[in-house]
Amino acid sequence: MDFMVFQYPMITVQACLDGILLGILFALIAYGMALQWGVMNIINIAQGDLVILGGYIAYFMYLYGIHPAWGVIIAPIIMFFVGVGIYKLVINKVVDRDLFISILATFGISILFMQLMNFAFGADVVLANSGYGTTFLFDSAVVLPNSKIFSAFVSIVFAIGLVIYMKKSKLGRAIRATAQNARAAKILGVDTEKVYAATFGINAALCGVAGALISITFTIHPYMGLPYTIRSFMIVIVAGLGNLPGVALSGMGLGVFEEFADYILGTEFRIGAVFLLLVLILVYRRFKLSRKREYLK
Amino acid sequence: MKINKIILSFISAVAILLSTSVVSLAKVVGDKIVLGAAISLTGKYSSNGVHTQNGYNMAVDRINSMGGVKVGGKTYKFEIIYYDDESNPKRAAQLAERLISQDGVEFMLGPYSSGLTKAIAPVTEKYGVPMVEANGASRSLFTKGYKYLFAVLAPANLYLDVAIRTAVELNGGKGVRIAQAFEQDAFSQDVRLGILDAAKETGSEIIIDDKLPKELNDMAATLVKVKQMKPDVLVVSGHTKGALTAIRQIAEMKVDVPMLAMTHCDAAKLSKQHGKNSQYALCASQWHKTLTYKDNFFKDGMTYAADFQKEFGYDPPYQSAESSAALLVFKDAFERANSFDQKKVRDALAATNMQTFYGNIKFAPGGQNVDKPMVLFQVMCDGAGKCENKVVAPLKWASAKLIHPIPKWSDR
Repeated sequence: MDFMVFQYPMITVQACLDGILLGILFALIAYGMALQWGVMNIINIAQGDLVILGGYIAYFMYLYGIHPAWGVIIAPIIMFFVGVGIYKLVINKVVDRDLFISILATFGISILFMQLMNFAFGADVVLANSGYGTTFLFDSAVVLPNSKIFSAFVSIVFAIGLVIYMKKSKLGRAIRATAQNARAAKILGVDTEKVYAATFGINAALCGVAGALISITFTIHPYMGLPYTIRSFMIVIVAGLGNLPGVALSGMGLGVFEEFADYILGTEFRIGAVFLLLVLILVYRRFKLSRKREYLK
Repeated sequence: MKINKIILSFISAVAILLSTSVVSLAKVVGDKIVLGAAISLTGKYSSNGVHTQNGYNMAVDRINSMGGVKVGGKTYKFEIIYYDDESNPKRAAQLAERLISQDGVEFMLGPYSSGLTKAIAPVTEKYGVPMVEANGASRSLFTKGYKYLFAVLAPANLYLDVAIRTAVELNGGKGVRIAQAFEQDAFSQDVRLGILDAAKETGSEIIIDDKLPKELNDMAATLVKVKQMKPDVLVVSGHTKGALTAIRQIAEMKVDVPMLAMTHCDAAKLSKQHGKNSQYALCASQWHKTLTYKDNFFKDGMTYAADFQKEFGYDPPYQSAESSAALLVFKDAFERANSFDQKKVRDALAATNMQTFYGNIKFAPGGQNVDKPMVLFQVMCDGAGKCENKVVAPLKWASAKLIHPIPKWSDR
């Protein structure tokens, strides 16, 4: 245990800002997961692997001399089609089954993706350099890499864009209708099959954006997907489905929580602390639910 | 029914045929000495696994083409049976069993990484199969009393020992303040133990002692602490991801520290992936091509590097060089033992005292190589941003002078 983070106010500020910037990025991934979960009742274990695949797209652009920031545009386009492809091949066969089957199916996809990426891109840890500088605040006591600010900014832009798209466009409305009641939507002439495919594609595209941002801010490795899946799962269960402000807030909360866990417990317990929090929240939710049930009795 | 029977007997016949032919492949057959190796060709160690395999193959071709191994007046050629261990320790142990008990291999080469070597060593030990390994540096491999394990490389605890001693020397013999961050795996923790020993002996103080997770891709918290506490030396070891993450974030956060010492810089291709940001980083290495060791097969480091480049199309990392050296050790031991008796070969291995292009090789009773110091190189860049690794310590082989302290980011 180390409480240095509270002894120096500037470190506290640093930890909070780092956490918030990171959390916004997590929230983008979690939003994709919430969308898919809400519309199709599918928990996508391969979420993190889609993120990493998006990262590789940006990395390869960087390798061929294109600035990796363009990955934010290119990766989602490619990933959209990857998502639709996965839907047509696998997900449409499990979409009406129970949650367990879809978890198994996406778990399989996750393993397949990991191995394929390892096979295709190699087991080296890679990153894309953006060349963005650094922002110094408070007489350079607080340091923020511009790449982190850039990723938070891009995440916000994509999140807002998506919300508007969901509200205004025809497909967006069809998606929301299907989420509310798939059968009723079908009766009213919504092609739910198309809606499902589009939803999976949009989720994969969001993962692509997040992956490109991660390749710019952190590192990419074929086996690094799972922590992103866990984080987004956790953000979604805290916020609830279809609650975008909630997703954004719990994303930032998780980011700050992680940073503080890092300082206080040590970096080695960073991901461990997330898992622990997940268990606690699940237990708490169950406890709350069982109390509610007792009232009903 | 009849057809089924025919098919069945056909399959069993083929199976029997196959199994006998596998056995006849085994050990020393005709003019071949068959070695076995489980190598990570897929999975998370696959890139270093391939470096290891290339190193082995290069040495096999070279030794065979230069006359092979002479035992009892007869000439033998090396051959290696490879299996892919999928970077998985359990699989590696199974494959070692298979190589020994099914394929009849009597001599083994090591896998890649300390973890996998640890999984295989009890198996080779059980069967009394001599194993020369080139990629397992963890100290714990050499404290278990294994009799049949020989490592051509220096143990992990010596990796960054030189860095601390150099820092103390430059500080006028006074102890330094050390900040360190290590991944929690066998290898990195051994490097850490080495630093603790060196700190104790030199009267240095460890002011930050962080552990890094396996999924490491963010060490901002450690670096913020480093900024605050201003240590004299920052030591980071967490395989390639540790090296890459550290350089990226040190550059982004403009962390000023007089000395930065790391492991796995060349595996991470630091100077290529990070360019000028990696400048001045000190890296521990088992080998560097500019070292002046010599042997009859590869001549010296520079020739080895050129030949390797010609054959595989890339500059050899030290993982390949040490793997090639393992074969030279085996050849030497076979010829001195003048026999293929496992015990005699084992004793010959234990008495090894030779120089290869990779370094001097002499085994301690625990099996580690005690005659080859680690080298430190520093990433140095020219004005055009082209970066190179130059050996700076030990002084005997230094091709450049250590730049110390590292210039501040504001002055670069």
